Amino acid sequence: MAYIQCEDLVLGYEGTSVAEHISFSVEMGDYLCIVGENGAGKSTLMKTLLGLTPLMGGHIAYSDTLEAHAIGYLPQQTFVQKDFPASVWEIVLSGTLSQCGWRPFFQKTQKQLAEKNMRRMDIWDLRKECYRNLSGGQQQRVLLARALCASSKLLVLDEPVTGLDPKVTVEFYQLIQALNQEGLTIIMVSHDIHAAIKYASHILHVEKEKSFIRTTQAYRKSDFWKELGGENK
Amino acid sequence: MKESMGIVKTLQFYLTYPFVQYALIVGTLIALCAALLGVILVLKRFSYIGDGLSHVAFGALAVATLLDFGNNSIVVMPVTILAAILILRTGQNPRIHGDAAIAMLSVGSLAVGYLVMNLFSTSANISGDVCSTLFGSTSILTLTKAEVWLCVVMSIIVVIVFVFLYNRIFAVTFDENFARATGLKASLYNNLIAIITAIIIVLAMNLVGSLLISALVIFPALSAMCIIQNFKGVVIYAAVLSVCCALTGIVLSILFSTPIGATIVVADIAVFFVNYLIGKIVR
Repeated sequence: MAYIQCEDLVLGYEGTSVAEHISFSVEMGDYLCIVGENGAGKSTLMKTLLGLTPLMGGHIAYSDTLEAHAIGYLPQQTFVQKDFPASVWEIVLSGTLSQCGWRPFFQKTQKQLAEKNMRRMDIWDLRKECYRNLSGGQQQRVLLARALCASSKLLVLDEPVTGLDPKVTVEFYQLIQALNQEGLTIIMVSHDIHAAIKYASHILHVEKEKSFIRTTQAYRKSDFWKELGGENK
Repeated sequence: MKESMGIVKTLQFYLTYPFVQYALIVGTLIALCAALLGVILVLKRFSYIGDGLSHVAFGALAVATLLDFGNNSIVVMPVTILAAILILRTGQNPRIHGDAAIAMLSVGSLAVGYLVMNLFSTSANISGDVCSTLFGSTSILTLTKAEVWLCVVMSIIVVIVFVFLYNRIFAVTFDENFARATGLKASLYNNLIAIITAIIIVLAMNLVGSLLISALVIFPALSAMCIIQNFKGVVIYAAVLSVCCALTGIVLSILFSTPIGATIVVADIAVFFVNYLIGKIVR
């Protein structure tokens, strides 16, 4: 069975549909990029997958191997976070909250998990630093470490390279690629079609009526790719 | 030397009075709770909710006095809690701006409250009544034992709730969407924060009056954020600052017979500027 199976989804909020007839499935180990024009429903699709926005129609089935809420989510930065006085350690540790159950405080296992993921993201030395004093790339690593604390299987990223400079952007994509090769399933909403073609295994093109999913090779042959000025290889 | 001995003597003399002891106990507890909440409200960009709710409480108090229930808190508390939840809901509705909703409710209640007081008051000194409700000039020194107990119990509940839900509150404050995606019921915590805010504001009306409550909520949090770089530190430092300012303010106001609320707030302002300067120099 597929990791996530979506059938004939209707997306929208407050009773207005944004996109319809979206069907796709995500297999374990996939690297799926969700592309499409602004307002086509990319973000709404992602929020629906995460359970933040109620589904207006259709059906989403999650595999049994994926525990409820065990999704590592890397949201876009909010303006609240820009001057938030929190240490890196506090933020990463908050990613393990879903494992606390009804316990009010963090246990040793959660702290170890946080440490492991901070070392993995190479931010262990920054653990006492304040989040608001970090560079954009470091902040994304912190949020990525937090997402990894929430799930070791599935990462969902919402336009993660927005605002990063080109060098840091490439480093970030390589980091995600490495995580994918370690076996994590990746779903990324992206503006950056060229990076999507370069790194993703599948492309989901979201449009109001005719969304479709292709493998990256097949997408390169499609007319959409040609319209964007890409070469058909 | 002689003068300072005189001050200490006066203070010792005043401290033997139960009403002064009550004022100190209530002041400390309210300052503590207001600071804890203040950190969350300031970070969530809800600084103004305190101001709005205090005006609602003022309006409710005017109506409650008119209807004469005996204990005004029975009316004021539920009305303020309801208003808090309402404000939070509309704040999430993209069609009505949160700040506009608060402003509307705030001035509306202020006007209705004053109108009711003017039209139906049996008191000979209406402007005195209004002034003491707005600025809390003397009411903290006339607290009854029951009011002190109510305040102690409520404060303890607030502190316990805050300590036990601390990690969850942090997660919801820092990143609501992430918290929801990991299965945290964010709206539950938002409502809880709104309810606690309402409770603290109604209690704090006795201390600083309804116009100055926002200061008690905002200043300690902002002072702490000037210097401290992690969330736990900010919460603890804000609580310490707030309690110190409240105690200093109450003692000073007793010694020099100044209005309690305003004196506490001036102490908070002074502490804020000291912290702000230290923050500028250190960074």
